[in-house]
Amino acid sequence: MASTPSKGLRTARPRQTSSAIGRALQHGDIPYKVIVILASLSVLGLMIGVGVMLWIASGVTRDSGGLGFIAATDWNPVSGVFGALPFIAGTLSTSLIALVVAVPFGLGVAIFLAELCPARLRAPLGFMVELLAAIPSVVYGAWGIFVFIPSVVQPVGNFLMNTFGDSSRGFFIPLFEGPFFGASFLAAGLILAVMILPTITAISRDVLLAVPRAQREGAYGIGSTQWETIWQVVLPYALSGILGAVILGLGRALGETMAVTMVIGNVSQLSTSLLSPGYTMASVIANEWGESRTPAYSSALIEIGLLLFVMSLFLNLLARLLVWSVSRRNPDQRA
Amino acid sequence: MTEQKALNLTVTGAKSAPAPAGAPKMKTDGLSIYYGAFRAVAEVSMPVPDRKITAIIGPSGCGKSTLIRSLNRMNDLVSGSHIDGKVTLDGEDLYGPGVDVVDVRRRIGMVFQRPNPFPKSIYDNVAFGPRLYGRVPKAELDDIVERSLSRAALWDEVKDKLKQSGMALSGGQQQRLCIARAIAVEPEVILMDEPCSALDPVATIKIEELMQELKKDYAIVIVTHNMQQAARVSDFTAMMMMRPDRAGEMIELSDTQMIFTKPKDKRTEDYVSGRFG
Repeated sequence: MASTPSKGLRTARPRQTSSAIGRALQHGDIPYKVIVILASLSVLGLMIGVGVMLWIASGVTRDSGGLGFIAATDWNPVSGVFGALPFIAGTLSTSLIALVVAVPFGLGVAIFLAELCPARLRAPLGFMVELLAAIPSVVYGAWGIFVFIPSVVQPVGNFLMNTFGDSSRGFFIPLFEGPFFGASFLAAGLILAVMILPTITAISRDVLLAVPRAQREGAYGIGSTQWETIWQVVLPYALSGILGAVILGLGRALGETMAVTMVIGNVSQLSTSLLSPGYTMASVIANEWGESRTPAYSSALIEIGLLLFVMSLFLNLLARLLVWSVSRRNPDQRA
Repeated sequence: MTEQKALNLTVTGAKSAPAPAGAPKMKTDGLSIYYGAFRAVAEVSMPVPDRKITAIIGPSGCGKSTLIRSLNRMNDLVSGSHIDGKVTLDGEDLYGPGVDVVDVRRRIGMVFQRPNPFPKSIYDNVAFGPRLYGRVPKAELDDIVERSLSRAALWDEVKDKLKQSGMALSGGQQQRLCIARAIAVEPEVILMDEPCSALDPVATIKIEELMQELKKDYAIVIVTHNMQQAARVSDFTAMMMMRPDRAGEMIELSDTQMIFTKPKDKRTEDYVSGRFG
């Protein structure tokens, strides 16, 4: 029987094995499926594992402080008082500064690279932008202390303080109240802006380049200028992808540790001024972990880590939702 | 600048008088088109009569699309492209010094091979062009949108869903939307680069009927792969062919009737009778 040529599809190349499972194994279908499913499950497992670990290890603080930990403003490890608000505020404000500066800047560079740049400059310029992402965080920190703060942050901060920071004068904005010594939320935010710039630029550029030529031609074909074509056709078409780029930048800004720790001043205080020194969630963990001798202290730091974890998840989810709602309006594109 | 554009729009909105008999609306004179050093089209001299449909046919790669895209300077977007010779609209050299290419493209509208509506509402797609020329009062804009969609034979199908995305329409409707978008800025010439090649036969017939309506007001140039289409819709047909040096040349141009019944050139006869190409 085995030597009888089988009919139909299998006549071309008779198989040795006859059972369905045997055939699937021979094709590699089952091993392949098992491997990729395990790989994907391990990602989920890691996420849950990290969450559970943070939850358990922060038990001491959660039991004593509860949700009040989030809103408490005092951080005094010596007397065992722990409150996370200054760090949460620090993380949010520095990330916000970074986005406000890096989004228009990065998008501008992306538009230049995708639309205006002469073809032979595009590759080298794009490469240099991507190289910015390869510089180690600690190098950014050192550069921030020795170059960026004295030459950029100081003049900018002084200008803001002198123009808007005087409560006895006309345009008083508490955000820019003095004193100002360099290390500050502003310095950290601006360093973060430089650090997330390559992410936003590189992804936005790729998204812009992926906008179909037909869209541009449609705009040019009814007499649009280059600016009108970019602003009214190309950018709206690419909007959901650009939002995705911004989210990735935000993700990096929220979690960035080393460079921020080096330029933010490391003072746990809640301040309305961006010119005052502060702390972020990531930098307080990095800076104080080594000296957290008591269970209450290390548990408090771990709970900050848990909050950062949850916050990143939540912001990413929110951003995904935003991308989804934008791309839903354009049936032609899916995020 | 904006004011001047707006002024132009209202003047041409009244539709300029037909060109005097004998003088074509557009003309190319010894037109050669290059991509870098490569000559894609060689020395084409072709009149485009007003209120007639001129079809350009020929085998793939013979430069039909390159030729039609040079008529409204769309090829300027391809870096390294340049031309020799002349393209004129009402006697005015379109490649001459000081000519505003944006104005050229407004006066010579274009419909592309694949429908390319913007990811905006139907209304905003049609209003896109008029809005480029400054602020238009809402009532006037409504009027332009309705008129353009009516002339593109799409109004009845979409009048209740003007706020819906233009991309949600069927392929044939999308193409008619693109035609409405093109005529909303009151062009003088409409170029169609294989407008039906992505459409089914029913949608194709609709576009062809629409072209017969549009030619009452516009000079139309259409590139088509489909010889039956050229025979059905056009008044004049131009036959293009690739030379041994790979440059496209125009080997024959005359009444559509003549091209399909008594072609002068043997190669045209072979092509239209389906013996090659």
